[in-house]
Amino acid sequence: MSGGNGTTGTGGRALFGPRFGRNLRAIGGVLLSLGLTLLGLLLITFIIGRIMPIDPVLKVVGDRATQAQYDAAYQAMGLDRPLWEQFLRYITDVVQGNFGRSISTGHPVAEDLKRVFPATVELATLGTLIGVLVGVPLGVIAAARRGGWIDQIARVVALVGYSVPIFWLGLMGLLLFYGILGWVGGPGRQGIIYDGMVPTVTGMILIDSLLAGDWGAFRDAFSHIILPASLLGYFSLAYISRMTRSFMLEQLSAEYIITARVKGMTERRVIWRHAFRNIMVPLITVIALSFASLLEGSVLTEIVFSWPGLGQYITKALLAGDMNAVLGGTVVIGTCFILLNLLSDILYRVLDPRSG
Amino acid sequence: MTAPLLSVRDLRVNFPTRSGVFEAVRGITFDLGRERLGVVGESGSGKSMTGRAILGLVRPPGKVTAERIDLQGQPILNLPEDQMRAIRGQRISMVMQDPKFSLNPVMTVGAQIMEAYRLHARATRAEARQKALDMLAAVQIRDPQRVFDSYPHEVSGGMGQRIMIAMMLAPDPDILIADEPTSALDVSVRTEVLRIMDRLVQDRGMGLIFISHDLNLVAQFCDRVLIMYAGRVVETLAASDLHNARHPYTQGLLNSLPRLDTAVDRLPVLKREASWRDAEILTPQPGGL
Repeated sequence: MSGGNGTTGTGGRALFGPRFGRNLRAIGGVLLSLGLTLLGLLLITFIIGRIMPIDPVLKVVGDRATQAQYDAAYQAMGLDRPLWEQFLRYITDVVQGNFGRSISTGHPVAEDLKRVFPATVELATLGTLIGVLVGVPLGVIAAARRGGWIDQIARVVALVGYSVPIFWLGLMGLLLFYGILGWVGGPGRQGIIYDGMVPTVTGMILIDSLLAGDWGAFRDAFSHIILPASLLGYFSLAYISRMTRSFMLEQLSAEYIITARVKGMTERRVIWRHAFRNIMVPLITVIALSFASLLEGSVLTEIVFSWPGLGQYITKALLAGDMNAVLGGTVVIGTCFILLNLLSDILYRVLDPRSG
Repeated sequence: MTAPLLSVRDLRVNFPTRSGVFEAVRGITFDLGRERLGVVGESGSGKSMTGRAILGLVRPPGKVTAERIDLQGQPILNLPEDQMRAIRGQRISMVMQDPKFSLNPVMTVGAQIMEAYRLHARATRAEARQKALDMLAAVQIRDPQRVFDSYPHEVSGGMGQRIMIAMMLAPDPDILIADEPTSALDVSVRTEVLRIMDRLVQDRGMGLIFISHDLNLVAQFCDRVLIMYAGRVVETLAASDLHNARHPYTQGLLNSLPRLDTAVDRLPVLKREASWRDAEILTPQPGGL
């Protein structure tokens, strides 16, 4: 009749606790599935690259090349080899960070990605940060005071967030805060004075300017990023606050909440210490997904704010039929999704004693 | 005569619904001394709601009214929330039905017991830890140290309910409300859990309100029984006097139990009568107790 299952050691929350051996095996399994997923991603991008009705050779040699030039390029690109050999070569290239050359920019795709991806990461991270810092408390309070005025406000905020097109809000924001009030910097990542003044380390200007100790550049970059980041943050907070609210409502009707109240603790403690800790696992999934969607999907914001990020880069490449750039960007975004999934998987194990 | 531990007069709990006001509890009156009081009734008879109402845990839109609810002579009906918090846990506590749901799944057992204790006692972490281990030992858990560090999903139902009892008794309350404490447990561990709870309650001279739908269990573990029907007490009598029950509902409940000593072709079915809803409360006849 006694419980326990033998593996009940002490704690169990720490990744490197007494359950280290089991954790190690779990990590091995996770890495294996990570490798397989990445391989699958590469297979898909490879197939897309082969079935697109765009002749990669023609893109390289131009349409006035002779047949001999065409054939030479065809062979140089390995397109005469069997498909599996082409795939192996593709994997080898990608693993070495070689995505080929972008036809529209003339640079190697890897170099372009190194430039545009940090800009997107910076924007998406700040946006998600705003979404989490505002959305989570808003959702929790809305659930705790269900039907109260905060709940009503949260409902309207989320509804507007879901239904207003982001480019419209972006343009209005620029008009008001940049054009009329002059509170924020305009489009782009930096003012013209600071352009290229901060040595590139991470490619994220906020961090690079801090590393260089250049406060002027930091303030300038901040005034440029705050408006687009707030917009993205607003859209992710609309989603995050709704999900937080429904997770909380579910937990607040659970029996252990009555137990907590019977113990005689304050409602605040009931909510944050008991209910909130139980929604952290699903909440992490929501946050990771919303972050990932900002990484790939902020094209409209990037265009409105002339933000030289990944979304804009891929869209332009796609319109130009620049498959190397498109596939390179796709691999990067796909990898981000996979890594974010992995991260939330690890956090589950740390946060939920029942998993594992 | 000293004031009873708990004195409840004309307690009512109402829930406004779209189709009118639903009366979950319709005027309940009883006194609780340092005794074991059984509250028996079918689902929806208002027995659980009575327990919640005493603790001030009926959530809006539910409304609690009463002539009075006194805890050792001190009125506790409609106390401000912060004063009610000081009473919950420390003076009146409650054990609920299923430990699978009533323990927080992401906190260790030890942390939950320590929390219950430290909310009311000025104690260091080390003292609270010792108290929690002592309480686990008191509910006859053989390896308190190991259970202290486990999570609720790692213990069995019977052990979970003993943990619940340990947790709720840690602050040393005067009254324990046990709301169907064994209904979710295997039959094999029910009696054991009840005995443990019973001994602790007796040793501490506490008052126990034992809410159950199981007449036999209540007769076995309680001194006095309230029979509830449709939000009202229809009969109150000493547990030993159960066979002398006069109310047709109580008699019906008793008759619908299978018996080992006589052969019965078919168990009688309870026939409810509308008049029970509002009839007089039957109390023991003079000299009956």
